[in-house]
Amino acid sequence: MDALDLARWQFAITTVYHFIFVPITIGLSALVAGLQTAWVRTGRPEYLRATKFWGKLFLINFAMGVVTGIVQEFQFGMNWSAYSRFVGDIFGAPLAIEGLLAFFLESTFLGLWIFGWDRLPKRVHLATIWLASIGTMLSAYFILAANSWMQHPVGYTVNAERGRAELTDIFAVLTNSTALVTFPHTITACFLTAGALMLAVSAWHLRRDNQPEVFRPALRLGAWVVLIAGVGVLVTGDLQARVMTEQQPMKMAAAEALYETDKPASFSVFTIGSLDGREELASVRIPSLLSFMATGSPNGEVEGINDLQRQYEQQYGPGDYVPYVPVTYWSFRLMIGFGALAMAVAALALWRTRKGRRPAGRWLWTAAVATVAMPLLANSFGWIFTEVGRQPWTVFGLFKTSESVSPSVPTSTVATSLIVFTLLYGGLAVVELMLMLRYARAGAPEIVTPPDDDESERPLAFAY
Amino acid sequence: MELTTVWFILIAVLWAGYFLLEGFDFGVGMLLPVLGRDERERRLLINTIGPVWDGNEVWLLVAGGATFAAFPEWYATLFSGFYLPLLLILVALIVRGLAFEYRGKIDSPRWRRRWDLCIIVGSLVPALLWGVAFGNIVRGVPISADHEYVGGFFNLLNPYALLGGLTTLTLFALHGAVFLALKTDGDVRDRAGRLAVRLSLPAVALAGGFLLWTQLTHDDAWGWALSGAAAAALAGAVVAARFRREGWAFLATGATLVLAVAALFVTLFPDVLPTSLPGGDSLTVTNAASTPYTLKVMTGVAVLFTPIVLAYQSWTYWVFRKRLRVEHIPVSHP
Ligand code: HDD
Ligand code: HEM
Ligand code: HEM
Repeated sequence: MDALDLARWQFAITTVYHFIFVPITIGLSALVAGLQTAWVRTGRPEYLRATKFWGKLFLINFAMGVVTGIVQEFQFGMNWSAYSRFVGDIFGAPLAIEGLLAFFLESTFLGLWIFGWDRLPKRVHLATIWLASIGTMLSAYFILAANSWMQHPVGYTVNAERGRAELTDIFAVLTNSTALVTFPHTITACFLTAGALMLAVSAWHLRRDNQPEVFRPALRLGAWVVLIAGVGVLVTGDLQARVMTEQQPMKMAAAEALYETDKPASFSVFTIGSLDGREELASVRIPSLLSFMATGSPNGEVEGINDLQRQYEQQYGPGDYVPYVPVTYWSFRLMIGFGALAMAVAALALWRTRKGRRPAGRWLWTAAVATVAMPLLANSFGWIFTEVGRQPWTVFGLFKTSESVSPSVPTSTVATSLIVFTLLYGGLAVVELMLMLRYARAGAPEIVTPPDDDESERPLAFAY
Repeated sequence: MELTTVWFILIAVLWAGYFLLEGFDFGVGMLLPVLGRDERERRLLINTIGPVWDGNEVWLLVAGGATFAAFPEWYATLFSGFYLPLLLILVALIVRGLAFEYRGKIDSPRWRRRWDLCIIVGSLVPALLWGVAFGNIVRGVPISADHEYVGGFFNLLNPYALLGGLTTLTLFALHGAVFLALKTDGDVRDRAGRLAVRLSLPAVALAGGFLLWTQLTHDDAWGWALSGAAAAALAGAVVAARFRREGWAFLATGATLVLAVAALFVTLFPDVLPTSLPGGDSLTVTNAASTPYTLKVMTGVAVLFTPIVLAYQSWTYWVFRKRLRVEHIPVSHP
């Protein structure tokens, strides 16, 4: 493996890892803020207990999101210096804005939220978690705008003399059609993820009849969030598919392993045959669905890989413009499949627990607990699809991945950092999972009302 | 003023803010084994920075992001060139950040000892390496004509840069001790105050030596002036610490850090990363910069949002202004 391959592996590993924690942070911060709002408005202790319980899980997860994010910010310069030189004029801006607008907001107000119990007036304290939650969504917007520019560059010119892309219109970058569909898709996926976590943990407790006053409402809340967000994910995913077909037709063709242009094109649910879908022994297909997804009309024409390859060669010169089809084909299906599975379990859980019912059998509980992993997998496959499907480009149509890597960093150095991060992240995964399980199992805390003395003299309610 | 100069200044401000703020929380982290005699005291120390360390760290992230946006060549050359030190810093920041959040999560002395080690090492390593990095930036490193760093790792470990590293390490430790004397009460406050006095001597020697070395090699009028001001502030800190004027001492160590960063940046200007290679090409505010349009956009964003950020970060410090005592730390873990 050369430095390029190693750098790609490092980027893939660190980013997918970062994005395990990101969706839980985004979704759960809003859910915790909602629960705390319910407590402030009704004063019912169950809501406070729920806020503290989910808040603790949220914080354990948030810490991982923060520390893995720092790596993201630095590794563009470390491993991808050629890329950074080429796009810095454009790509740096949303990243810097993300820091100034979003990271300051979330980190500062989360600090206030953690340590502000009993120190801040109730409503001010409530506002801090909402502000932190808004910060996470702002952060998502700007980073997704940056990523969307790589998928679909807009608002720029190429300065041949300096060998770089230069910004001409920041509003075009921030209102990139790609960003406008990617953002709601990702955010709804984040809510789906957090809802599934809530559903799963609550199911674990309810199966043991543990604290039903807290976990029964939480189970139903989580399941509803999964369902509603799931519909949002479907709708926005469909919009995204259309935008993508227009902007990166090769990615759509690769998602479907569609080698020859077809009209109307059917959608293959899965194929048995060769991994890259060239030869199929058997497949389950839905007629016209691909045409509909790609173009909005059941009779639309969908271009195939072979035609597109010829077209790209004319446009960009000789080369291989086909992404690695086995990965795009299967990751696309697994993303949709795992999301759909989570929605199915959520629907079932809602039905079986309707009007105070409590299912007796084990399998529903087991399925509900397993739901926690499904959206996480769907998210990862979504990103793997998005990013692998864009290959061989880092900036579509402008700059190739092979040109992006740092020219002066020796292979041994990249290998060192890849090994360090992989081992470190692996170890941290064990620690984080252990803590999550421990605190998830511990259940919601009992509420002790603090004595009515001077609040600033009380022990810290939420000290480290 | 040219926008490139404005952004050079803004990046200097971000680093100064980072050293001023994360400086004391690195200091608190390093002093954990020195000032925290038992578990409750260690928790007391950690809780003085608990609400703010993450916000402080964001100054670094914004400094990085701003460099990427305003001087992409600088970002690319610096980060790929200083690869291994940055890797060490990243690992340190990762384990340190997790340690704050996780050390209290399991009630076992062994568990806490391990995370304490992460806090200590995770604070020492960046405190040292940021100084080494800045020493190298000011001194100049081998940059080729096409702006690639060609120096290798050991090139970065020269005496001047290492002195820079020891300087930041000691200044942060002093800044942290002074901060703890200001933010705690009781026995810990007393010991922190005394430790600050003891740290001030090596701080004066190292910082004085480093700034003198810098100005003797570069001989920059503004550099001399700011270095002198930094030295005066440090002297003020020594006196204030001696007389237990804790507020003044903290202001003075803060001013020392800010002025020292300012001295380094004015010495650097208009270069951002000078080359030490005969046929090489230094990176300057001109040849490393983004287009005027990007700089204009970024200036607008900075002008609009920096005051807001400063306002709410200051408010956080106001909310947690009270001194902490051991009695504030609950006996049992959360
Ligand atoms: C819970 C997670 C989840 C679920 C259930 C889905 N997705 Fe998704 N998908 C993501 C999570 C995700 C993601 C991780 O959030 C991605 C990666 C980049 C992005 O914006 O969203 C993504 C990317 C992504 C892309 C690529 C966009 C691009 O390359 O520019 C398309 C076309 C779709 N999705 C379409 C769908 C459709 C049609 C779905 C359902 C029927 C669907 N997704 C379900
Ligand atoms: C957090 C969600 C993201 C995930 C899960 C993700 C995933 C991936 C994966 C799996 C690769 C490797 C592709 C391959 O090697 O074939 C990759 C590459 C890359 N991605 Fe993303 N990505 C994410 C977000 C971003 C964002 C936001 C950016 C830019 C702002 C970005 C920029 C890049 C770059 C520069 C590469 C270069 C390496 C390469 O193409 O191999 N990614 N990403
Ligand atoms: C590859 C590009 C990315 C970079 C450079 C990046 C950078 C960062 C950084 C530096 C942090 C830590 C902030 C802190 O210390 O407070 C962070 C955390 C976070 N990031 Fe990422 N990120 C990337 C991808 C993404 C994506 C695609 C999203 C959302 C869709 C996202 C959303 C978040 C959220 C919600 C957090 C929570 C923790 C926190 O802000 O502190 N990030 N990211």
